[in-house]
Amino acid sequence: MSAASPGRRASVAGAAVLLACLAALLLMPLGVDKFYVQLVTKMMIMAVFAMSLDLLIGFTGLVSFGHAAYFGVAGYVLAYAAPQYQAASLWVSLPLAMAVSAFLALVIGLFVLRTSGVYFIMVTLAFAQMLYFVFHDTKLAGGTDGVYIYARPDAALGEWAGGWKPFDLENFVHLYYVVLALLVLTWIVLRRVLDSPFGRVIAGIKVNEPRMRSLGYATFRYKLASFVIAGTLAGTAGYFAAAQFGYVNPDLLGWHLSGSAIMMVILGGMGTLGGAALGAFMMMLLELLFQGLTKHWQLLMGCSIVGVALLLPHGLLGTVAAWWGRRATTGDTERTDG
Amino acid sequence: MDFPTSLIQLLNAVQYGLLLFLIASGLTLIFGIMGIINLAHGSFYMLGAYLAFSLTEGLGSLWLALPVGVVLSVLFGLALEWLVIKRLYARDHLYQVLLTYGLILVFEELRSILWGDEVHGVKVPEVLAASISLTENLNYPVYRLAMSAVCLVLALGLWWVIRRTRLGMIIRAGSVNRDMVQSLGIDITLVYRIVFAAGVALAAFAGMLAAPTSSVFPGMGNQVLIICFVVVVIGGIGSVQGALVGAILIGLVDTFGKVLTLEVAGFQLLPQLSGVTVYLLMAVILLWRPEGLFGSHD
Repeated sequence: MSAASPGRRASVAGAAVLLACLAALLLMPLGVDKFYVQLVTKMMIMAVFAMSLDLLIGFTGLVSFGHAAYFGVAGYVLAYAAPQYQAASLWVSLPLAMAVSAFLALVIGLFVLRTSGVYFIMVTLAFAQMLYFVFHDTKLAGGTDGVYIYARPDAALGEWAGGWKPFDLENFVHLYYVVLALLVLTWIVLRRVLDSPFGRVIAGIKVNEPRMRSLGYATFRYKLASFVIAGTLAGTAGYFAAAQFGYVNPDLLGWHLSGSAIMMVILGGMGTLGGAALGAFMMMLLELLFQGLTKHWQLLMGCSIVGVALLLPHGLLGTVAAWWGRRATTGDTERTDG
Repeated sequence: MDFPTSLIQLLNAVQYGLLLFLIASGLTLIFGIMGIINLAHGSFYMLGAYLAFSLTEGLGSLWLALPVGVVLSVLFGLALEWLVIKRLYARDHLYQVLLTYGLILVFEELRSILWGDEVHGVKVPEVLAASISLTENLNYPVYRLAMSAVCLVLALGLWWVIRRTRLGMIIRAGSVNRDMVQSLGIDITLVYRIVFAAGVALAAFAGMLAAPTSSVFPGMGNQVLIICFVVVVIGGIGSVQGALVGAILIGLVDTFGKVLTLEVAGFQLLPQLSGVTVYLLMAVILLWRPEGLFGSHD
């Protein structure tokens, strides 16, 4: 009994914290300024991005340093799909952006998954950089400067629904709730994926790939599937980021964003979805804090990254969980003693 | 393209390739021997270029700046290894990537604080400022030839140290079995420190050499870093020969990608997409030999 109860108590506590966070996010726009609503919208978009990377780093054991590629390319898809000064249809451009990032992840995955370990890190970085140069050097979409997206995607349904418009993304509160829904949906999808037999296999691959292969699993295909799912979700986040910012430029697929995403995952605690989301929120808050302090805020950010890598390998959530676990265990010991 | 132009481009390609080799050899050695993936390696190249700029201004000539710069960068490498890098040996690649990414931000911002964000130039030493004329109106600068020669000498020196000296023997042994070397009474931590500092010095030296031709500007390290990753992936991680072959290949592909024109169905591919060619080369080599041209299979 004492073995099961700390785990169950922790998961009950986890669920309570999660529900509290959700409630806070649901109520937040009612009480704060536009600035904060937009800030949290951006944070939630980054949280989706970080969770998608966590599927690779934390759950499949694939350290991708090129995850921004899918994020940025999906943004460019939205820019292309929008006619000048007019809005693209959400119901056409979003699936299109997701499909393009999925296809891109599939093609890149076929190459990069032939390698492993440190090669994988370098090669994912190199492929992302290749795409960066495609957008940076050519006139495909504005070169270095990128392009503006003058209108956010239009959510109006087709003729069959009488052109009914369930929400308006130009309204910042509507955008907030749509992105919140996306965050919750991403969480549910990833939770389902991880709890499925597929999730067990990728967890096995993370721990010991040769053993999974000798058990008869075609590990390459599982890794590729995980890579494609992560790429698609990153693309979804990138689509909404482009919609919110109102522009796309090559930096959206640059390696600084890929590096920040790794930082988000580790800062929060890799291998937990909540950790990745928490990391994204914390990272954006840190950025805001440092930018307020000095124009050389990157120095502070760099030092924090070094500090997290050295001192917080399990991230905030992992450290708290370990502390909680220790407390729960000592609590049990005392009870058995008494 | 006529012959003199091709010759000039060929010389440029080899010179660029050899320069990349200096940087990539440090990267591949640090990985092969110490097992560290070092994203901050490009920053050492940048450090070298900025040192060349400041020291040439202060001391009056690049000839004096080079030895002083090398000494400073060795000291910098030793300090960095002792302060930060040594804590990474036992850690997963993920943390090495994260930490060295953080270091890039730190170095880039320190550069901005110390030197500002302007683009600087470094004067070519007078002895080497001449040009050799190939035809009436095509010249090739002597400085670039000298650069290639220096890089070649260093490449040979590197080969000699690794293959023909006692230190090289220890380094090679250390890359195969760290514990065994240590149990033979050799201080492996000292060997690691030397290798890291040597890698830093090589990259910084490359930066100093390149400063007069490429100018000195913010972000120059990152540009070169990613190309060096491609070099290392093509050559095989840990292989110095591989780095040399990979670097020359990249030099050729990159240089000729920028000067040749290629149109397919009315759409200009080259030189418009020249930034992409080196990555395509990498993709092809990955399909053919995922472990790189000179990589081992394990």
